[in-house]
Amino acid sequence: MRAVVTVIGKDMVGLVAKVATCCADANVNVDEVTQSVLREYFAMIMLVDISQINTDLAGLTASIEQAVPDMQVRVMHEDIFNSMHRI
Amino acid sequence: MAILNKTDILETITMIADEHLDIRTVTMGISLTDCLDGDAARSCEKIYEKITRSAQRLVPVCEQIQSKYGIPIIHKRISVTPVALAVGASGGDPLLFAKALDRAAEAVGVNFVGGFSALVQKGFSAGDRELIESIPEALAVTERVCSSVNIGSTRTGIHMDAVSLMGEAVRQAAERTADRNCIGAAKLVVFCNAVEDNPFMAGAFHGIGEPDCVINVGVSGPGAVRAAVAQAPKAADLTEVAEIIKKTAFKVTRMGQMVGAEASRELGVPFGIVDLSLAPTPQVGDSVAQLLEEIGIAQAGGCGTTAALAMLNDAVKKGGVMASSSVGGLSGAFIPVSEDAGMIAAAASGALTIEKLEAMTAVCSVGLDMIVIPGDTSAAVISALIADEAAIGMVGGKTTAVRVIPAIGKRVGETLEFGGLLGGGPVMPVSTIDPQVFIARGGRIPAPLQSLKN
Repeated sequence: MRAVVTVIGKDMVGLVAKVATCCADANVNVDEVTQSVLREYFAMIMLVDISQINTDLAGLTASIEQAVPDMQVRVMHEDIFNSMHRI
Repeated sequence: MAILNKTDILETITMIADEHLDIRTVTMGISLTDCLDGDAARSCEKIYEKITRSAQRLVPVCEQIQSKYGIPIIHKRISVTPVALAVGASGGDPLLFAKALDRAAEAVGVNFVGGFSALVQKGFSAGDRELIESIPEALAVTERVCSSVNIGSTRTGIHMDAVSLMGEAVRQAAERTADRNCIGAAKLVVFCNAVEDNPFMAGAFHGIGEPDCVINVGVSGPGAVRAAVAQAPKAADLTEVAEIIKKTAFKVTRMGQMVGAEASRELGVPFGIVDLSLAPTPQVGDSVAQLLEEIGIAQAGGCGTTAALAMLNDAVKKGGVMASSSVGGLSGAFIPVSEDAGMIAAAASGALTIEKLEAMTAVCSVGLDMIVIPGDTSAAVISALIADEAAIGMVGGKTTAVRVIPAIGKRVGETLEFGGLLGGGPVMPVSTIDPQVFIARGGRIPAPLQSLKN
């Protein structure tokens, strides 16, 4: 079971490390990391494995938000993307 | 991303964050047929018990889904069997039932419960007339109860005695709540060809052909469709525009299908339908009118509006039908004036008139919706407005409805504000030519011929 973590805002030193630390604390493995630009903003996208998560997705979102307070953080189950973009 | 495409991920996030994409409503339909008792008070107890038992987990489950997928679920609602059946079976004061529904809705935390309804397209049976006469009072003394009455259909024609009563009911519903922006009338819908699985308020009720309990989902998405159309070059031809609308509607509906299926699984209740309706909100950008303007009409209401809306409505259905195994409800573009920033602007500037809105309802869902009319509009004029709209539905073989709000004490040029998703709007002029003799005739407009279609 996987989720997609997106962090959107201004790029900064240590961003990936901070988010990855939150994932580790929640017992969530990072499968893949990629980045993109959404309008003028930096967008980091992480695909994470949540099958052993020790909190819920709202809990993980809150801890990442705390770690990178100026960024827009979303943690969404991968099924929403699969259902919207695949037939 | 090995499987997921990052462009797709960012597209979804943009649709939710910037284009107001959401699940507009998860509505649980609950049958009341096993709650009917010979005694009204006992029936009300059973109704309260069944609703609070069946819908106990509705709100928490929806919140959990919202958090899991990051998609806002704006409303959680309940629809019930038309209450006129309960009034007919139990006798007693219909207000008892309205109050029981209101208490049950409050107890489970939903913002509206629909089904204070009667189906009288061919005539009145026990309980129907009593219920209709109690509607203004019921909507004044309850917070969450919504009412609808079906007064016509393609197969039965239009029941003009009921149309006459409903003109009075709409007016009185506004009068009884004049101190609260006439909100009573905003919770009352008069239908022709009402559907039994509509998840949207105020017209939702749980039809008697429906299962005991069911989950229906209404999606949103005018903002997302508009943004997709905006990305196309202005020279893109309408076939291309229709294709863009279809593709976006597909994505929006898939999300609704997924949420509905998950809610149904979590609640242990069968999944009913996804309603494809494009439902606007007063937020800028999330507007069907602005979408029509994006297609190329300088302002909604101008010539070309009906054609653009017809194309939009059809493309939304084509995209949506492909995306869901079970499409139902009203499934079309809504044009509620007070809930749509572009419609409000067009009405305020005079570009959009009731007559044009009436024409638009011939090609889209669902009718003259959330239109503020002068406070001195007579019940007979409202009845005649209802009859006109019902005639479009009856002959066109589609659902039409009237939800107009007489702004008591206000005239054309003033505005009425409801706040929240109901928005607010300018008082729009209505013809004052007297239809009293026509309405007073009563009887039925016979069902129309289904051949010789010209």
